[in-house]
Amino acid sequence: MKILDDRKYVVIGIITVIFLIIWIKLFNLQILDISLKISSDNNSQRKVIVYPSRGLIYDRNGVLLVSNEAAYDLMVIPRNIKDMDTLSLCQDLNISTEEFNEKLFTCKEYSEYRPSLFYKQITAVQNAGLQEHMYKYKGFFVQKRTLRRYKEGIAAHVLGDVGEVDLKTLETDAYYSGGDYAGKSGVEKYYEDKLRGQKGVKVFLVDVYNNIQDSYMEGKYDVPAEPGKNISLTLDTELQRYGEQLMENKIGSIVAIEPASGEILAMVSSPTYDPQLLVGRERGHNYDSLLNASGKPLINRAVSSTYPPGSIFKLAISLVALQERIISSNAYFPCDHTIVGCHNHPLANGVARAIQYSCNPYFYFVFKKIIQRGLKESVFRDSRMGLELWKKKILGLGFEKAFDIGIPGVNKGQIPGPDFYDRLYGKYRWAFSTIYSLGIGQGELLISALQMANFCAIIANRGYYYNPHLVKKIDNVEIEGLNTQKIFTPFDKEHYNVVVDGMDMVVNEEFGTGYYARLSDIRVCGKTGTAENPHGDDHSIFVAFAPKDNPEIAIAVYIENAGFGGVWAAPIARLMIEKYIKDEISDIAMEKRILEADLTIKDDEK
Amino acid sequence: MKNKRNNILLNLDWITIIIYFILVFLGWINIYSAVYDESHANIFDFSQRYGKQLVWIGLAIVIICVVLIIDSKFFSTFSYPFYGIGILLLILVLFLGVEVNSSKSWFEIGTFRMQPVEFTKITICLALAQLISGIGFSWEKPKYVILLIVLLGLPAGLIFIQNDTGSALVFFAFVFVLFREGFNKVLFITSFAIIALFIFALVSNLELLVISVLVISVIGFLLTNGNNMRSKIVLYSSLLYLFVSIVIYNYTDIFINNPIDLVLINVGIISIQLIIMYIVKKEKALILFASIIIGVSSFVFSVDYLFYNALQPHQQNRINELLGKNSDPLGVGYNVNQSKIAIGSGGFSGKGFLNGTQTKYNFVPEQSTDFIFCTIGEEWGFIGTTVVLSLYLFLILRIIFLAERQRSSFTRVYGYGVASILFFHVAVNIGMTIGLAPVIGIPLPYFSYGGSSLWAFTLLLFIFIKLDSDRLQIFR
Repeated sequence: MKILDDRKYVVIGIITVIFLIIWIKLFNLQILDISLKISSDNNSQRKVIVYPSRGLIYDRNGVLLVSNEAAYDLMVIPRNIKDMDTLSLCQDLNISTEEFNEKLFTCKEYSEYRPSLFYKQITAVQNAGLQEHMYKYKGFFVQKRTLRRYKEGIAAHVLGDVGEVDLKTLETDAYYSGGDYAGKSGVEKYYEDKLRGQKGVKVFLVDVYNNIQDSYMEGKYDVPAEPGKNISLTLDTELQRYGEQLMENKIGSIVAIEPASGEILAMVSSPTYDPQLLVGRERGHNYDSLLNASGKPLINRAVSSTYPPGSIFKLAISLVALQERIISSNAYFPCDHTIVGCHNHPLANGVARAIQYSCNPYFYFVFKKIIQRGLKESVFRDSRMGLELWKKKILGLGFEKAFDIGIPGVNKGQIPGPDFYDRLYGKYRWAFSTIYSLGIGQGELLISALQMANFCAIIANRGYYYNPHLVKKIDNVEIEGLNTQKIFTPFDKEHYNVVVDGMDMVVNEEFGTGYYARLSDIRVCGKTGTAENPHGDDHSIFVAFAPKDNPEIAIAVYIENAGFGGVWAAPIARLMIEKYIKDEISDIAMEKRILEADLTIKDDEK
Repeated sequence: MKNKRNNILLNLDWITIIIYFILVFLGWINIYSAVYDESHANIFDFSQRYGKQLVWIGLAIVIICVVLIIDSKFFSTFSYPFYGIGILLLILVLFLGVEVNSSKSWFEIGTFRMQPVEFTKITICLALAQLISGIGFSWEKPKYVILLIVLLGLPAGLIFIQNDTGSALVFFAFVFVLFREGFNKVLFITSFAIIALFIFALVSNLELLVISVLVISVIGFLLTNGNNMRSKIVLYSSLLYLFVSIVIYNYTDIFINNPIDLVLINVGIISIQLIIMYIVKKEKALILFASIIIGVSSFVFSVDYLFYNALQPHQQNRINELLGKNSDPLGVGYNVNQSKIAIGSGGFSGKGFLNGTQTKYNFVPEQSTDFIFCTIGEEWGFIGTTVVLSLYLFLILRIIFLAERQRSSFTRVYGYGVASILFFHVAVNIGMTIGLAPVIGIPLPYFSYGGSSLWAFTLLLFIFIKLDSDRLQIFR
């Protein structure tokens, strides 16, 4: 053990030596290293945060949608204020002394020691005057920032906005300090950590007048700012702009998807607004007025609003019935007006024809066979089981799913299942007769325009889809992962073919409900929908894809309170398709009719 | 004599206790200074951190009294159950804990947060002491070696899962305890060198590499060779090279851009000197020493080279993340520079109490917790840092001294454990504020703000003081 006792010297030796190293280093830092000496004057050195430029946003073809502009904020560190010439500053900023005191009080409330935002976004003229007098305002300094510039004035809901970070974010995220800006909605918010970049710091020497003299230690302690990453969206600027024009004076949304990739080509929510309104000094004011404006323009109806899908849901019902072998593709049911209403049309002998004529009684019977399969004796138990099997299948089509598309606020909607009706009516206290309206897309179904467009893309692809998404590339690198995985649906291709034929006939054959969407040289497949609305006029709906073979675009148009789907939604879809595929419009009269229509004014108000 | 045996107050090591209270007091006034704000100038303001710290100190004194009253057999008898409770807490925190700075290692009760790992350190120390001091323990028996590995590995693994790398690294400190108790010395040197160099090399402070390569080599030589003329020659000549290197590096700009050359020249000179000595004296240890130096140097450079050349940027980031380099948004360079500027700006005598500017303006992060040393450096200057450093060194050496005078090997092992934990915390915490160690969030014992940290370190130390006070009574 004697040998081991000697080991204490080694331990003591190591510990002492390491303390010695620390001590030498401290000696070096505190005594030898002149470079770290800071004069006793607090103001001899100032650290300036260098804000990185925020990433730019492009569309799918490289058109610049969002860029940056310089702006200047007047910041203050209340504790550093000395011999203040308040009057002069008030004149420079064109504010009253009361305002000055009020602002300063707010800054002091936040912190005595930390810089806080005193006056934001000084104009270039104000800045020039201010710079001349800065020596009189100890404790104040001008911070350069960048403001967003939404050049094209479109896609406000997709792009989102940037605003001052709130107190809660300040407390939880150490990256931000008072007066910083961050994405508040849309892509700006979702991709905040990519767009914002990395702050840097510059250390300056300043003279007694608080003027910057020189960079400290030739920039040895400077950290350069890292610019934010640029983002390329999947949107097509021209199509998006055209969609917004078509939707003017209508309430609703359009979502167009490229079926082969899941890329969202256009996402229109109407009424919309110029995203530039939410930039700059007027932001707060404009935000309030938009918040209260009629039609609630701040809501992104394409993803946040969910509606009953109406007759387009018959496509989904057909798929379930065919896949489950409940009916064959040429099954016949009578158009019995006594059960559910219908319009006059020729005999629907087969699923495709029923789709073409959008025959309500036909799908009433189909849905009845899906729900009441005769698997259980009690009609209640049988319906419950049928609905459960139905819902399981339906969910495979991307309904009741909040897609991760690259903006926040995506609503998942609702496909009512057995649990839902159990809560509503009690277990085994409901049956087919309670829920039959689901079969024609009414009732408690809630589906977003995004989901409708995606559903249409599934049909266009005959059985699969890609996660719909808005962002294509970050810093010119394609995003791999979720968006590049093919997702298959639990339905066979042959059944999709039946549905596609039906959709073809809707548009291109006599007695089809969607003849307004017909194009002479592009084969459009579509389906109309008209959703009953307890609060007002029916909603007008149309989903379509084109061309029939190798589809390039799948689209959903939803217009609130516009009446029959074939009349308003179908022509809008047709114009969008033509615009995207051919980039020119053949039927100018139709375009004019749509552009001039004001569907926000009700007939009785006219 | 009988009286001396029984009077606990007489047997307490008052020197250690006094140092403890000096440290706690200095910590408190520095927390006051670090978060000082004119609108809350009263040092007894309980809404502020300094006021709360005073409450924690009061409760620490209660803990001290309780520990001193408890029979010292209690700690050895229940060391394994304590260990079990410690492990249980570490598992529980994985499920019930809250995440702070991306590590899920905190219990939160109301506004009060506590890290169980702080207390687990004590229970592990006790269990380690119990295992090594047990009858029949031997390094030769695989059973004990395995037990030892499990005993240390289990909590280390759990802490690692919590993503609390900083605390997990504390376990390396136990290598001192193991070494003192007979751990193979070659393995000891190797593990110590690898850990130290790997951490230091990644801080990529090359000026430091000169120092560490030389120091570790000298330690290696002294370990393998006794206290004779040759080792003295090696020691003094190495120190001379070290001194010359620092002077050259600091006062000329020959090596300013490539300090690696300076290291290589040093390694070269020492190796040549050794080989010459070997030719003259034909002693194996010399050539062994030379190979250690060359081996260690190549290790350092290969880590550096591999890190910057062989690894992909995202892999580098991951390692940086592990080392805590990415934990702050402005980049580790920013924080450490701020901290260095704060300490450096203190100069010889400091700016005076409450007059620090760098630490006040939030340039330094975590001023009252992990980076409290900056306040000392800025406001009390080199004098202050020297005093604090000396107090810690004295405390740690005092504990080793006390540990060595024990008849009970349980107390000795425990004492070494206490010294090792304190040493690791002090060295790494101060090291990170001056850029010698990576930024891993561990507190400065007795100084940093925080109840659970203060209580844990108090408990750790006073259990030892209690055990020490009974040294004349018990022979285990």
